[in-house]
Amino acid sequence: MPKDGSAPSLDGAGIPMWLVCELTYRCPLHCAWCNNPLDFDSYRNELDTDEWIRVLREARAMGSLQLGFSGGEPMLRDDLEELVAEAERLGFYTNLITSGMGLTSERLEKLKAAGLKQIQLSLQASERELTDTLVSAKAFDQKLAAAREIKRQGFPMVLNVPICRQNIDDTANILALAEDIGVDYLEFANIQYYNWALLNRSELLPSREQVEAAEAMVAEARQRLGKRMTIYFVIPDYFDDRPKACMNGWGAIHLTIAPDGTALPCQEARVIESLEFPSVRNTPLAEIRHDSPAFNEFRGDGWMRDPCRSCPEREQDFGGCRCQAYLLTGDATNADPVCAKSPHHDRISSVLEAGTGPAIPRPLIMRRRGAVSHRLHGRQSMKLPHDSLAGTVIAGLVLTAVLSVVAVVLAGN
Amino acid sequence: MTETDTDTLSAEALVEMNPMYLLRWEPSQDAHVLLYPEGVVKLNETAGEILTYCTGERSVAEIAAAIDAGYGDDVRERVLNFLEVAYAKGWIRTKS
Repeated sequence: MPKDGSAPSLDGAGIPMWLVCELTYRCPLHCAWCNNPLDFDSYRNELDTDEWIRVLREARAMGSLQLGFSGGEPMLRDDLEELVAEAERLGFYTNLITSGMGLTSERLEKLKAAGLKQIQLSLQASERELTDTLVSAKAFDQKLAAAREIKRQGFPMVLNVPICRQNIDDTANILALAEDIGVDYLEFANIQYYNWALLNRSELLPSREQVEAAEAMVAEARQRLGKRMTIYFVIPDYFDDRPKACMNGWGAIHLTIAPDGTALPCQEARVIESLEFPSVRNTPLAEIRHDSPAFNEFRGDGWMRDPCRSCPEREQDFGGCRCQAYLLTGDATNADPVCAKSPHHDRISSVLEAGTGPAIPRPLIMRRRGAVSHRLHGRQSMKLPHDSLAGTVIAGLVLTAVLSVVAVVLAGN
Repeated sequence: MTETDTDTLSAEALVEMNPMYLLRWEPSQDAHVLLYPEGVVKLNETAGEILTYCTGERSVAEIAAAIDAGYGDDVRERVLNFLEVAYAKGWIRTKS
Protein backbone atom coordinates (compact mmCIF):
# COMPACT_ATOMS: atom_id res chain seq x y z
CA MET A 1 0.00 0.00 0.00
CA PRO A 2 1.19 3.52 -0.61
CA LYS A 3 3.17 5.45 1.93
CA ASP A 4 4.19 9.04 2.16
CA GLY A 5 6.50 9.93 -0.65
CA SER A 6 5.66 6.95 -2.77
CA ALA A 7 3.58 6.86 -5.88
CA PRO A 8 1.79 3.75 -6.99
CA SER A 9 3.02 2.59 -10.30
CA LEU A 10 2.50 -0.33 -12.59
CA ASP A 11 5.87 0.25 -14.10
CA GLY A 12 7.15 -3.14 -13.10
CA ALA A 13 7.12 -4.06 -16.79
CA GLY A 14 5.48 -7.32 -15.87
CA ILE A 15 8.23 -8.17 -13.43
CA PRO A 16 7.45 -9.40 -9.91
CA MET A 17 9.90 -7.01 -8.29
CA TRP A 18 8.94 -8.11 -4.79
CA LEU A 19 9.10 -11.66 -3.61
CA VAL A 20 7.99 -12.57 -0.11
CA CYS A 21 8.79 -16.05 1.14
CA GLU A 22 6.66 -16.96 4.11
CA LEU A 23 8.99 -19.68 5.33
CA THR A 24 6.65 -20.93 8.03
CA TYR A 25 3.38 -20.08 9.77
CA ARG A 26 4.86 -21.23 13.08
CA CYS A 27 5.44 -18.40 15.54
CA PRO A 28 6.16 -18.06 19.27
CA LEU A 29 3.90 -14.99 19.45
CA HIS A 30 0.11 -14.88 19.44
CA CYS A 31 -0.74 -11.47 17.99
CA ALA A 32 -4.44 -10.81 17.71
CA TRP A 33 -3.89 -9.07 14.33
CA CYS A 34 -1.79 -11.77 12.68
CA ASN A 35 -2.18 -11.86 8.90
CA ASN A 36 -1.62 -15.59 8.73
CA PRO A 37 -4.70 -17.71 8.00
CA LEU A 38 -7.06 -18.50 10.87
CA ASP A 39 -6.29 -22.19 10.27
CA PHE A 40 -2.52 -21.61 10.14
CA ASP A 41 -1.95 -24.79 12.10
CA SER A 42 -3.34 -26.97 9.35
CA TYR A 43 -0.46 -26.05 6.99
CA ARG A 44 2.29 -28.33 8.14
CA ASN A 45 3.81 -29.25 4.80
CA GLU A 46 6.40 -26.49 4.59
CA LEU A 47 8.63 -26.33 1.56
CA ASP A 48 12.04 -27.82 2.28
CA THR A 49 15.36 -26.12 1.66
CA ASP A 50 15.77 -27.37 -1.90
CA GLU A 51 12.24 -26.32 -2.81
CA TRP A 52 12.79 -22.80 -1.45
CA ILE A 53 16.05 -22.55 -3.35
CA ARG A 54 14.25 -23.48 -6.54
CA VAL A 55 11.67 -20.75 -5.84
CA LEU A 56 14.46 -18.21 -5.35
CA ARG A 57 16.16 -19.17 -8.61
CA GLU A 58 12.95 -19.09 -10.62
CA ALA A 59 11.92 -15.71 -9.20
CA ARG A 60 15.33 -14.19 -9.77
CA ALA A 61 15.25 -15.41 -13.35
CA MET A 62 12.01 -13.44 -13.72
CA GLY A 63 13.73 -10.29 -12.47
CA SER A 64 12.69 -10.23 -8.80
CA LEU A 65 14.92 -7.89 -6.84
CA GLN A 66 13.55 -7.37 -3.34
CA LEU A 67 13.20 -10.48 -1.24
CA GLY A 68 11.55 -10.70 2.16
CA PHE A 69 11.93 -13.73 4.39
CA SER A 70 8.82 -13.67 6.50
CA GLY A 71 6.43 -15.95 8.35
CA GLY A 72 5.24 -16.78 10.99
CA GLU A 73 8.65 -16.36 12.49
CA PRO A 74 11.34 -17.09 9.90
CA MET A 75 13.97 -17.56 12.62
CA LEU A 76 12.28 -20.88 13.36
CA ARG A 77 13.73 -22.22 10.11
CA ASP A 78 17.16 -23.74 10.71
CA ASP A 79 18.01 -23.27 7.04
CA LEU A 80 17.46 -19.49 7.04
CA GLU A 81 21.18 -18.75 6.79
CA GLU A 82 21.49 -21.15 3.84
CA LEU A 83 18.55 -19.54 2.05
CA VAL A 84 19.93 -16.04 2.65
CA ALA A 85 23.30 -17.10 1.26
CA GLU A 86 21.69 -18.51 -1.88
CA ALA A 87 19.54 -15.40 -2.29
CA GLU A 88 22.60 -13.20 -2.02
CA ARG A 89 24.46 -15.30 -4.55
CA LEU A 90 21.53 -14.85 -6.93
CA GLY A 91 21.56 -11.06 -6.52
CA PHE A 92 18.51 -10.36 -4.37
CA TYR A 93 18.36 -7.55 -1.84
CA THR A 94 17.55 -9.68 1.19
CA ASN A 95 15.26 -8.50 3.97
CA LEU A 96 14.46 -10.42 7.14
CA ILE A 97 11.03 -9.71 8.60
CA THR A 98 11.08 -10.94 12.16
CA SER A 99 9.59 -10.63 15.63
CA GLY A 100 13.12 -10.77 17.04
CA MET A 101 12.38 -13.99 18.90
CA GLY A 102 15.33 -16.31 18.44
CA LEU A 103 17.42 -13.59 16.84
CA THR A 104 20.55 -14.23 18.88
CA SER A 105 23.83 -12.44 18.29
CA GLU A 106 25.29 -15.71 16.99
CA ARG A 107 22.60 -16.14 14.37
CA LEU A 108 22.83 -12.47 13.46
CA GLU A 109 26.53 -12.94 12.83
CA LYS A 110 25.83 -15.92 10.61
CA LEU A 111 23.14 -14.02 8.72
CA LYS A 112 25.53 -11.13 8.24
CA ALA A 113 28.15 -13.51 6.89
CA ALA A 114 25.54 -14.99 4.57
CA GLY A 115 24.98 -11.50 3.17
CA LEU A 116 21.68 -10.42 4.72
CA LYS A 117 21.07 -6.77 3.84
CA GLN A 118 18.48 -5.47 6.28
CA ILE A 119 16.22 -6.46 9.13
CA GLN A 120 12.66 -5.42 9.84
CA LEU A 121 11.88 -6.00 13.48
CA SER A 122 8.41 -5.73 14.96
CA LEU A 123 7.76 -3.98 18.26
CA GLN A 124 4.34 -3.46 19.76
CA ALA A 125 4.97 -0.89 22.48
CA SER A 126 7.70 1.04 24.26
CA GLU A 127 7.41 -0.93 27.45
CA ARG A 128 7.36 -4.50 28.67
CA GLU A 129 3.90 -4.99 30.07
CA LEU A 130 1.93 -3.71 27.11
CA THR A 131 4.17 -5.46 24.59
CA ASP A 132 3.99 -8.81 26.33
CA THR A 133 0.24 -8.50 26.75
CA LEU A 134 -0.33 -7.66 23.09
CA VAL A 135 1.70 -10.64 21.85
CA SER A 136 0.73 -12.93 24.73
CA ALA A 137 4.31 -13.96 25.41
CA LYS A 138 7.40 -12.74 27.22
CA ALA A 139 8.84 -10.90 24.27
CA PHE A 140 9.77 -7.31 25.09
CA ASP A 141 13.21 -7.94 26.59
CA GLN A 142 14.21 -10.22 23.72
CA LYS A 143 12.94 -7.78 21.13
CA LEU A 144 14.81 -4.87 22.65
CA ALA A 145 18.01 -6.89 22.95
CA ALA A 146 17.62 -7.99 19.32
CA ALA A 147 17.07 -4.40 18.20
CA ARG A 148 20.24 -3.19 19.88
CA GLU A 149 22.26 -6.13 18.57
CA ILE A 150 21.00 -5.53 15.02
CA LYS A 151 22.34 -1.99 15.16
CA ARG A 152 25.55 -3.08 16.91
CA GLN A 153 26.23 -5.39 13.99
CA GLY A 154 25.58 -2.57 11.54
CA PHE A 155 22.47 -3.73 9.75
CA PRO A 156 20.09 -1.18 8.27
CA MET A 157 16.95 -1.60 10.35
CA VAL A 158 13.26 -0.98 10.04
CA LEU A 159 11.33 -0.94 13.29
CA ASN A 160 7.78 -1.94 12.47
CA VAL A 161 5.07 -1.04 14.94
CA PRO A 162 1.64 -2.49 14.23
CA ILE A 163 -0.79 0.18 15.37
CA CYS A 164 -4.06 -0.53 17.10
CA ARG A 165 -6.23 1.11 19.75
CA GLN A 166 -4.19 -0.51 22.52
CA ASN A 167 -0.82 1.02 21.56
CA ILE A 168 -1.52 4.08 19.43
CA ASP A 169 -1.34 6.41 22.41
CA ASP A 170 2.22 5.14 22.99
CA THR A 171 3.40 6.81 19.77
CA ALA A 172 5.57 9.47 21.44
CA ASN A 173 7.33 6.92 23.63
CA ILE A 174 7.91 4.61 20.66
CA LEU A 175 9.42 7.50 18.72
CA ALA A 176 11.79 8.19 21.61
CA LEU A 177 12.75 4.54 21.95
CA ALA A 178 13.38 4.18 18.21
CA GLU A 179 15.60 7.25 18.32
CA ASP A 180 17.51 5.80 21.25
CA ILE A 181 18.02 2.47 19.47
CA GLY A 182 19.13 4.33 16.36
CA VAL A 183 16.77 2.67 13.89
CA ASP A 184 16.99 3.91 10.33
CA TYR A 185 13.34 3.50 9.41
CA LEU A 186 10.43 3.59 11.81
CA GLU A 187 7.18 2.34 10.43
CA PHE A 188 3.89 2.92 12.17
CA ALA A 189 1.73 0.38 10.43
CA ASN A 190 -1.93 0.85 11.11
CA ILE A 191 -3.34 -2.63 11.23
CA GLN A 192 -5.11 -3.78 8.11
CA TYR A 193 -8.20 -5.78 8.84
CA TYR A 194 -7.92 -9.30 7.42
CA ASN A 195 -7.79 -12.72 9.05
CA TRP A 196 -7.08 -12.43 12.81
CA ALA A 197 -7.32 -8.64 12.81
CA LEU A 198 -10.73 -8.79 11.18
CA LEU A 199 -11.90 -11.17 13.89
CA ASN A 200 -10.73 -8.65 16.49
CA ARG A 201 -11.59 -5.49 14.60
CA SER A 202 -14.05 -4.05 17.09
CA GLU A 203 -11.40 -4.23 19.78
CA LEU A 204 -8.41 -3.13 17.71
CA LEU A 205 -9.71 -0.25 15.63
CA PRO A 206 -8.52 3.08 17.03
CA SER A 207 -10.65 6.20 17.00
CA ARG A 208 -10.20 8.88 14.38
CA GLU A 209 -9.00 11.24 17.11
CA GLN A 210 -6.31 8.75 18.13
CA VAL A 211 -5.13 8.37 14.54
CA GLU A 212 -4.99 12.11 14.00
CA ALA A 213 -3.07 12.66 17.23
CA ALA A 214 -0.54 9.97 16.28
CA GLU A 215 -0.11 11.42 12.81
CA ALA A 216 0.55 14.85 14.27
CA MET A 217 3.24 13.43 16.54
CA VAL A 218 4.85 11.68 13.57
CA ALA A 219 4.82 14.91 11.57
CA GLU A 220 6.52 16.75 14.40
CA ALA A 221 9.16 14.03 14.77
CA ARG A 222 9.88 14.07 11.03
CA GLN A 223 10.64 17.77 11.22
CA ARG A 224 12.86 17.33 14.22
CA LEU A 225 14.77 14.27 13.03
CA GLY A 226 15.25 15.14 9.37
CA LYS A 227 17.36 12.55 7.62
CA ARG A 228 18.40 10.74 10.78
CA MET A 229 15.32 8.53 10.83
CA THR A 230 12.76 8.00 8.11
CA ILE A 231 9.29 7.62 9.57
CA TYR A 232 6.51 5.98 7.67
CA PHE A 233 2.91 6.13 8.72
CA VAL A 234 1.10 3.40 6.86
CA ILE A 235 -2.29 4.77 6.00
CA PRO A 236 -5.21 3.46 8.01
CA ASP A 237 -7.50 2.89 5.07
CA TYR A 238 -10.70 2.72 7.10
CA PHE A 239 -10.32 6.43 7.82
CA ASP A 240 -9.87 7.37 4.20
CA ASP A 241 -12.48 7.90 1.52
CA ARG A 242 -10.41 6.30 -1.23
CA PRO A 243 -8.98 2.78 -1.12
CA LYS A 244 -5.31 1.88 -0.99
CA ALA A 245 -3.69 0.95 -4.31
CA CYS A 246 -3.35 -2.52 -2.89
CA MET A 247 -0.18 -4.34 -3.99
CA ASN A 248 0.05 -1.84 -6.86
CA GLY A 249 -2.50 -3.97 -8.62
CA TRP A 250 -3.34 -7.65 -8.56
CA GLY A 251 -0.54 -9.88 -9.82
CA ALA A 252 1.53 -6.85 -10.80
CA ILE A 253 4.83 -6.43 -9.02
CA HIS A 254 4.32 -8.56 -5.95
CA LEU A 255 4.52 -12.28 -5.34
CA THR A 256 4.07 -14.16 -2.07
CA ILE A 257 4.92 -17.81 -1.58
CA ALA A 258 3.12 -19.34 1.39
CA PRO A 259 4.85 -21.93 3.59
CA ASP A 260 3.22 -24.80 1.69
CA GLY A 261 4.35 -23.46 -1.69
CA THR A 262 1.09 -21.82 -2.68
CA ALA A 263 1.81 -18.82 -4.91
CA LEU A 264 -0.27 -15.74 -4.07
CA PRO A 265 -0.55 -12.19 -5.46
CA CYS A 266 -0.51 -11.08 -1.81
CA GLN A 267 -0.37 -12.91 1.48
CA GLU A 268 -4.07 -12.44 2.14
CA ALA A 269 -5.33 -13.67 -1.21
CA ARG A 270 -6.26 -17.10 0.07
CA VAL A 271 -9.28 -15.55 1.77
CA ILE A 272 -10.94 -15.43 -1.68
CA GLU A 273 -12.11 -18.99 -1.64
CA SER A 274 -13.37 -19.12 -5.20
CA LEU A 275 -9.82 -18.80 -6.51
CA GLU A 276 -7.53 -21.77 -6.84
CA PHE A 277 -3.93 -20.74 -6.31
CA PRO A 278 -1.26 -22.94 -7.88
CA SER A 279 1.67 -24.40 -5.98
CA VAL A 280 5.33 -24.01 -6.82
CA ARG A 281 5.59 -27.68 -5.95
CA ASN A 282 4.10 -28.70 -9.27
CA THR A 283 4.09 -25.61 -11.51
CA PRO A 284 6.96 -23.39 -12.62
CA LEU A 285 6.75 -19.93 -11.07
CA ALA A 286 6.77 -18.11 -14.42
CA GLU A 287 3.84 -20.19 -15.63
CA ILE A 288 1.93 -19.49 -12.43
CA ARG A 289 2.42 -15.77 -12.79
CA HIS A 290 1.76 -15.44 -16.47
CA ASP A 291 -0.87 -18.04 -17.14
CA SER A 292 -2.74 -19.13 -14.03
CA PRO A 293 -6.38 -18.05 -13.87
CA ALA A 294 -5.94 -16.90 -10.27
CA PHE A 295 -3.15 -14.45 -11.11
CA ASN A 296 -5.08 -13.13 -14.10
CA GLU A 297 -8.42 -12.84 -12.35
CA PHE A 298 -8.11 -9.18 -11.36
CA ARG A 299 -5.37 -7.93 -13.65
CA GLY A 300 -6.09 -4.81 -15.67
CA ASP A 301 -9.61 -3.40 -15.40
CA GLY A 302 -11.71 -5.87 -17.40
CA TRP A 303 -13.04 -7.47 -14.21
CA MET A 304 -14.31 -4.20 -12.79
CA ARG A 305 -17.93 -3.29 -12.33
CA ASP A 306 -19.31 0.11 -11.52
CA PRO A 307 -18.46 2.38 -9.81
CA CYS A 308 -14.86 1.29 -10.63
CA ARG A 309 -15.41 0.54 -14.32
CA SER A 310 -16.23 4.13 -15.20
CA CYS A 311 -14.13 5.76 -12.49
CA PRO A 312 -11.39 8.15 -13.59
CA GLU A 313 -9.32 7.01 -10.61
CA ARG A 314 -9.35 3.32 -11.53
CA GLU A 315 -5.75 3.42 -12.74
CA GLN A 316 -4.59 5.04 -9.51
CA ASP A 317 -6.00 2.60 -7.00
CA PHE A 318 -7.10 -0.36 -9.16
CA GLY A 319 -10.38 -0.49 -7.27
CA GLY A 320 -8.58 -1.02 -3.96
CA CYS A 321 -8.12 -4.35 -2.26
CA ARG A 322 -9.81 -7.43 -3.75
CA CYS A 323 -9.58 -9.32 -0.46
CA GLN A 324 -11.22 -6.48 1.47
CA ALA A 325 -13.98 -6.27 -1.14
CA TYR A 326 -14.56 -9.99 -0.77
CA LEU A 327 -14.45 -10.07 3.01
CA LEU A 328 -16.74 -7.10 3.52
CA THR A 329 -19.14 -7.36 0.57
CA GLY A 330 -18.99 -11.03 -0.33
CA ASP A 331 -17.89 -10.35 -3.91
CA ALA A 332 -14.26 -9.71 -4.86
CA THR A 333 -15.27 -7.80 -8.03
CA ASN A 334 -16.96 -5.08 -6.00
CA ALA A 335 -15.21 -1.81 -5.28
CA ASP A 336 -13.23 -1.83 -2.06
CA PRO A 337 -15.86 -0.57 0.41
CA VAL A 338 -13.35 1.91 1.81
CA CYS A 339 -14.15 4.00 -1.27
CA ALA A 340 -16.81 6.63 -0.65
CA LYS A 341 -18.15 5.82 -4.13
CA SER A 342 -18.79 2.20 -3.18
CA PRO A 343 -22.44 1.27 -2.63
CA HIS A 344 -21.12 -0.79 0.28
CA HIS A 345 -19.26 2.08 1.93
CA ASP A 346 -21.61 1.78 4.90
CA ARG A 347 -19.78 -1.45 5.78
CA ILE A 348 -16.88 0.81 6.76
CA SER A 349 -18.67 3.92 7.96
CA SER A 350 -20.96 1.95 10.25
CA VAL A 351 -17.92 0.40 11.91
CA LEU A 352 -16.43 3.84 12.48
CA GLU A 353 -19.71 5.26 13.73
CA ALA A 354 -19.98 2.47 16.24
CA GLY A 355 -17.24 4.34 18.05
CA THR A 356 -14.30 3.06 19.96
CA GLY A 357 -15.34 -0.41 20.80
CA PRO A 358 -18.51 -2.22 21.68
CA ALA A 359 -20.52 -1.36 24.75
CA ILE A 360 -19.36 -4.57 26.37
CA PRO A 361 -15.64 -5.03 25.80
CA ARG A 362 -14.58 -8.52 24.98
CA PRO A 363 -11.13 -10.05 25.13
CA LEU A 364 -8.95 -10.21 22.05
CA ILE A 365 -8.94 -13.55 20.29
CA MET A 366 -5.25 -14.30 20.30
CA ARG A 367 -3.67 -16.21 17.44
CA ARG A 368 -3.60 -19.74 18.76
CA ARG A 369 -4.18 -23.13 17.32
CA GLY A 370 -7.86 -23.94 17.57
CA ALA A 371 -8.80 -20.44 18.78
CA VAL A 372 -11.30 -20.25 15.95
CA SER A 373 -13.53 -23.17 15.12
CA HIS A 374 -12.85 -24.69 11.73
CA ARG A 375 -16.44 -24.07 10.81
CA LEU A 376 -15.68 -20.38 10.90
CA HIS A 377 -12.85 -20.55 8.45
CA GLY A 378 -12.84 -18.99 5.07
CA ARG A 379 -16.18 -18.28 3.53
CA GLN A 380 -17.96 -18.78 6.82
CA SER A 381 -15.95 -16.06 8.45
CA MET A 382 -17.62 -13.32 6.42
CA LYS A 383 -20.95 -14.33 7.88
CA LEU A 384 -19.85 -13.33 11.34
CA PRO A 385 -21.66 -10.27 12.61
CA HIS A 386 -19.78 -7.20 11.57
CA ASP A 387 -18.74 -6.14 14.98
CA SER A 388 -17.01 -9.43 15.58
CA LEU A 389 -15.29 -9.80 12.31
CA ALA A 390 -10.51 -9.83 12.14
CA GLY A 391 -5.75 -8.91 9.88
CA THR A 392 -2.71 -7.76 9.17
CA VAL A 393 0.05 -5.83 9.37
CA ILE A 394 2.51 -6.57 7.07
CA ALA A 395 3.35 -3.33 6.51
CA GLY A 396 6.65 -3.04 5.41
CA LEU A 397 7.75 -4.93 2.51
CA VAL A 398 4.58 -6.60 1.98
CA LEU A 399 2.05 -3.90 1.40
CA THR A 400 4.43 -1.21 0.40
CA ALA A 401 5.88 -2.32 -2.86
CA VAL A 402 6.90 0.74 -4.73
CA LEU A 403 8.88 1.01 -7.87
CA SER A 404 9.92 4.53 -8.53
CA VAL A 405 11.85 5.65 -11.52
CA VAL A 406 14.17 8.56 -11.31
CA ALA A 407 14.57 10.36 -14.53
CA VAL A 408 17.46 12.67 -14.97
CA VAL A 409 17.99 13.52 -18.56
CA LEU A 410 21.23 15.06 -19.50
CA ALA A 411 21.99 16.80 -22.74
CA GLY A 412 23.76 14.58 -25.16
CA ASN A 413 22.27 11.47 -23.65
CA MET B 1 24.71 14.55 13.30
CA THR B 2 22.88 17.76 12.63
CA GLU B 3 22.25 17.47 8.91
CA THR B 4 18.80 18.27 7.65
CA ASP B 5 17.08 18.22 4.31
CA THR B 6 17.99 21.83 3.78
CA ASP B 7 21.71 21.20 3.82
CA THR B 8 23.39 22.04 0.57
CA LEU B 9 26.35 20.41 -1.01
CA SER B 10 29.54 22.38 -1.39
CA ALA B 11 31.57 21.95 -4.56
CA GLU B 12 34.54 20.72 -2.55
CA ALA B 13 32.66 18.07 -0.65
CA LEU B 14 33.77 14.50 -1.21
CA VAL B 15 30.66 12.41 -1.75
CA GLU B 16 30.06 8.71 -1.31
CA MET B 17 27.08 6.39 -1.38
CA ASN B 18 25.10 6.19 1.84
CA PRO B 19 25.68 2.60 2.99
CA MET B 20 21.92 2.32 3.46
CA TYR B 21 21.64 2.22 -0.33
CA LEU B 22 23.03 -0.46 -2.56
CA LEU B 23 23.87 0.72 -6.06
CA ARG B 24 24.01 -2.10 -8.54
CA TRP B 25 23.74 -2.85 -12.22
CA GLU B 26 20.61 -4.90 -12.78
CA PRO B 27 20.58 -6.83 -16.07
CA SER B 28 16.83 -7.50 -16.02
CA GLN B 29 16.19 -3.74 -15.94
CA ASP B 30 19.10 -2.90 -18.20
CA ALA B 31 19.82 -0.14 -15.72
CA HIS B 32 21.47 0.76 -12.47
CA VAL B 33 19.18 0.33 -9.49
CA LEU B 34 19.28 1.55 -5.92
CA LEU B 35 18.16 -1.08 -3.45
CA TYR B 36 17.31 -0.22 0.13
CA PRO B 37 14.96 -1.34 2.89
CA GLU B 38 11.51 -1.49 1.30
CA GLY B 39 12.48 0.18 -1.93
CA VAL B 40 13.85 -0.04 -5.41
CA VAL B 41 14.77 2.94 -7.53
CA LYS B 42 15.53 2.38 -11.16
CA LEU B 43 17.98 4.97 -12.38
CA ASN B 44 18.26 6.19 -15.89
CA GLU B 45 21.58 5.93 -17.65
CA THR B 46 23.01 9.25 -16.60
CA ALA B 47 21.77 9.11 -13.02
CA GLY B 48 23.34 5.68 -12.69
CA GLU B 49 26.58 6.92 -14.19
CA ILE B 50 26.80 9.87 -11.83
CA LEU B 51 26.27 7.72 -8.77
CA THR B 52 29.02 5.32 -9.80
CA TYR B 53 31.38 8.27 -9.38
CA CYS B 54 30.32 8.75 -5.76
CA THR B 55 33.01 6.63 -4.17
CA GLY B 56 34.32 9.13 -1.65
CA GLU B 57 37.39 9.89 -3.74
CA ARG B 58 35.99 12.72 -5.86
CA SER B 59 34.49 16.03 -4.95
CA VAL B 60 31.20 17.27 -6.28
CA ALA B 61 33.02 19.63 -8.64
CA GLU B 62 35.31 16.85 -9.87
CA ILE B 63 32.40 14.54 -10.58
CA ALA B 64 30.62 17.26 -12.53
CA ALA B 65 33.77 17.97 -14.52
CA ALA B 66 34.39 14.31 -15.27
CA ILE B 67 30.85 13.71 -16.54
CA ASP B 68 30.87 16.97 -18.43
CA ALA B 69 34.02 15.95 -20.25
CA GLY B 70 32.36 12.73 -21.37
CA TYR B 71 29.38 14.47 -22.92
CA GLY B 72 30.97 17.31 -24.84
CA ASP B 73 28.12 19.57 -23.91
CA ASP B 74 27.63 21.72 -20.89
CA VAL B 75 25.91 19.39 -18.48
CA ARG B 76 27.76 20.51 -15.38
CA GLU B 77 24.75 22.32 -13.91
CA ARG B 78 22.52 19.34 -14.36
CA VAL B 79 25.01 17.02 -12.74
CA LEU B 80 25.20 19.37 -9.77
CA ASN B 81 21.43 19.48 -9.60
CA PHE B 82 21.20 15.72 -9.61
CA LEU B 83 23.82 15.39 -6.89
CA GLU B 84 21.84 17.81 -4.75
CA VAL B 85 18.72 15.76 -5.31
CA ALA B 86 20.60 12.56 -4.46
CA TYR B 87 21.96 14.22 -1.34
CA ALA B 88 18.57 15.50 -0.25
CA LYS B 89 17.15 12.02 -0.74
CA GLY B 90 19.93 10.57 1.37
CA TRP B 91 21.35 8.39 -1.39
CA ILE B 92 24.75 9.99 -1.04
CA ARG B 93 26.51 11.59 1.89
CA THR B 94 29.53 13.73 2.36
CA LYS B 95 32.72 12.11 3.51
CA SER B 96 34.35 13.83 6.42
